[in-house]
Amino acid sequence: MSAQHLLAKTFSDEAPGLGLFDWKPIFYIGSVGITKPMILVLLVGLIVVAFFWAAFAKPKLVPRGAQNVGEVLYVFVREQIARPMLGKDAEKWMRLLVPIFFFVWIGNLMSIIPFAQFPVNSKIAFPLFLAVMIWFLMIGLGIKHQGFFGYFKNFMFPPGLPIFIYPLLAAIEFVSTIFVRPFTHAVRLFANMFAGHLLVALFCVVGYHFLVEQVTPLGVPVGILGVILTIAMTVFELFVQAVQAYVFTLLAAFYISSGLHADH
Amino acid sequence: MSLATIVAASEANKNPLLPDMAEMTIGIFSFLVVLFFLGKVLLPRIEKTLAERTDLIEGGLKRADDAQAEAASTLEQYRAQLAEARHEAARLREEAREQGAQILAEMREQAQAEARRLVEAAHVQIEAERLQAVAQLRAEVGSISVELAGRVVGESLEDEARQRRIVDRFLEELEQRSAAEQVTS
Repeated sequence: MSAQHLLAKTFSDEAPGLGLFDWKPIFYIGSVGITKPMILVLLVGLIVVAFFWAAFAKPKLVPRGAQNVGEVLYVFVREQIARPMLGKDAEKWMRLLVPIFFFVWIGNLMSIIPFAQFPVNSKIAFPLFLAVMIWFLMIGLGIKHQGFFGYFKNFMFPPGLPIFIYPLLAAIEFVSTIFVRPFTHAVRLFANMFAGHLLVALFCVVGYHFLVEQVTPLGVPVGILGVILTIAMTVFELFVQAVQAYVFTLLAAFYISSGLHADH
Repeated sequence: MSLATIVAASEANKNPLLPDMAEMTIGIFSFLVVLFFLGKVLLPRIEKTLAERTDLIEGGLKRADDAQAEAASTLEQYRAQLAEARHEAARLREEAREQGAQILAEMREQAQAEARRLVEAAHVQIEAERLQAVAQLRAEVGSISVELAGRVVGESLEDEARQRRIVDRFLEELEQRSAAEQVTS
């Protein structure tokens, strides 16, 4: 007796896959098809600006309502990301790190908001342009603060190592800093959101299929399991979304810091 | 058509690692809007507010510290003044006591001098009176003696009893004379 007989259904051609991320245009502006992720990314910008407008447009010395929440979030980014990474330069870079953190986080959060239900950052375009922007910033700051040759010398030839290691180390450091960094920075966020969304969608389909589409005595427990796992995964995703936004911003701060100072 | 077939319907198999340029453009636009409003408008405001709040709290704490320090210094000052005043009072008392003793001594000295002066004066007066009496006596004794001698000689010294009577009579006369003198004077 095979799994096919027990479940009375095959998934080979129906399980959610890459198609989840391939949206058809809803309407066209000129020749450009406007898809759901594009609308969501605009919505993310709108939500972030609207929230911080409500919180910080007229800040009071004694905070009320939204300002309280905004301050907690602001202080979180400052104390947990900016200061540990940038030290005394933290205040200056808050104006970049706060937009990055909330743009990424609210983008991730779209995954569990009804009707949106799609993590914006599971489309590589969005993490990629942020990562590339930070990459340019890092190299620009490095050349500005450490000099063109100084910057490359500082990260490729850290002092105090045996001489024969340097040829190898310099090559590795060059590749990892210049080529791998923006890629891993973007892909880490993208892949987490991509995989999370895929898992939630998979358990969702399992539950729907076995409890609605094809009800069989042996299928019902599987369907119930699917529903439970959908809920569990959604909760877990909520956590992962925040963590990934935090990690993305933390790395951005670290890269900026590595441009500003040699010894890291 | 099942849900699974809907979601899996368009398996175009686009490489998910290849960015869609239209998405990226809109994403950049959205992020720049966020960056502008937060970075240029809203975050500077909250930074200012947070800094003001910090200043206010630190200022308040500093003011409290200052007030406490001032209170302490004032207390110290008062204590010093009080000690000084006590010291001054003690000094004044001591001075007054000394002065009193001095005055007393002076008074006593003066009184003693006065007494001595009075005694001296009395002595002088007594001496003068004595001298006057002696002088007067000397003058009277002479004349009285002469008178007595004349009588004694005039009655011819017959017997002792007679002489005695003469002397007694003379003395009585003298007494009477002096009594009469006293009455008249």
